Amino acid sequence: MAQSALFKSSIGKKFLMGLTGLFLISFLVIHAAINSMIWFNDGGETFKKWGSFMGTNPIIRAMELVLVAGFIIHIVDGLLLWKQNRDARPVKYAYSNPPAKSKWYSRSMGLLGTLLLIFLVIHSAHFWIPNRMQQGLTDWHNEINLYGRMLEVFKNPLVVAIYVFGCISLFWHLLHGFKSAFQSLGVNHTKYNQTIEYAGIAFSVVIPLLFALMPISIYFGLVN
Amino acid sequence: MKVNLKVWRQKNNKAQGALKDYAVDGVNPDMSFLEMIDVLNEQLISKNEEPVAFDHDCREGICGMCSMYINGRAHGPLHGTTTCQLYMRHFKDGETIYVEPWRSKAFPVVKDLTVDRSAFDRIIAAGGYVGVNTGQAQDANTIPVEKENAEKAMDAAACIGCGACVAACPNSSAMLFVSAKISHLALFPQGQPERKRRAINMVDQMDEEGFGNCTNIGACEAECPKEIKLTNIARMNRDYLTATLIEE
Repeated sequence: MAQSALFKSSIGKKFLMGLTGLFLISFLVIHAAINSMIWFNDGGETFKKWGSFMGTNPIIRAMELVLVAGFIIHIVDGLLLWKQNRDARPVKYAYSNPPAKSKWYSRSMGLLGTLLLIFLVIHSAHFWIPNRMQQGLTDWHNEINLYGRMLEVFKNPLVVAIYVFGCISLFWHLLHGFKSAFQSLGVNHTKYNQTIEYAGIAFSVVIPLLFALMPISIYFGLVN
Repeated sequence: MKVNLKVWRQKNNKAQGALKDYAVDGVNPDMSFLEMIDVLNEQLISKNEEPVAFDHDCREGICGMCSMYINGRAHGPLHGTTTCQLYMRHFKDGETIYVEPWRSKAFPVVKDLTVDRSAFDRIIAAGGYVGVNTGQAQDANTIPVEKENAEKAMDAAACIGCGACVAACPNSSAMLFVSAKISHLALFPQGQPERKRRAINMVDQMDEEGFGNCTNIGACEAECPKEIKLTNIARMNRDYLTATLIEE
């Protein structure tokens, strides 16, 4: 009965959006956990150890390709959905009162996603891209000093502000996305809806807060 | 009471439409919104002007014909109400009220406030039925149905197919409607043999009609006059995904 049209269908697109979204959420957990090691204040030793493990372990590097694919699918699928949804209403309402019936951040996932995409480009240009450029295809252990670079980059208050703004966008994006992903996968049951709801809120607060505190604490010289 | 209306006037499907101002005087607060439009139309007819075309039938909130987008809300400002069950006492004297048709590529305007909702009929025709004769009421009663499922199926079957979900959804998605129709059959033993095929056929037809995609915003559930739940959309997602990914 399986039909090849699954990912062309509306529900297939939602499914893909939710699946890649949850995958990216799992990436955020690992990213936040490893970066939090800067707060050991051991001159970045623990952070460097785990950071270089992530940058040199072949399994992790293979997963990195899956991660890039996850980002691309999530972004392209999101743009396709945005276009289709915009085309589905060629004549707009003269008077619309959306706040009465839905949350602004749920309606603004495209905008929040675009802000996150801009942030993602800036962020990877700061750390990930220069590191992989230096490593090249074979010289994996020739990494740049990510810890030192972090301390350097976050001396600039403008950069810190951009990162905090990125984290705020991430908060709103997750507040809708976490819960929404489960609904798109068909997971909606009174037994665990509340758990998903509260886990989603907690996740959306904790992860972006951790990320935002990193540039802030570096800027104020709390990391050394 | 008196109200100032801004009503969408459009001669036909091809014509360019626009909002037109009308002042309606002598409105009884206990009139329904449709009766107020009736008063406006009588005024227009007496002035030899074209009356406002709008859909209506039972005027008791069960047929799903009325379809006005009032002050930025499908079926107006009240929760769980159709336009015919919306009374003028819920508006202020002298209030300006915007009245627009449902807006969706899949619901083209026929005239003024009337839109063509036959896309919904085609979705039903694609699978919103049980394909064999299941007998009379007593035959149905010989097959046990869990009380909980019977309740959920009844809640889903309450959908009157008015299209408020499409009108309210920022994406013009029809998923609340389609999921209600899929759900009320999926929850019964009689609906099982065709369950997966039904999900595929109805979703395919929905996509073909040009509705938008659900992004789980919840505006449909908030505006549905019959308070159809988002859980139905999750059930449809499950049925469609198992039908396409898991079933042979």
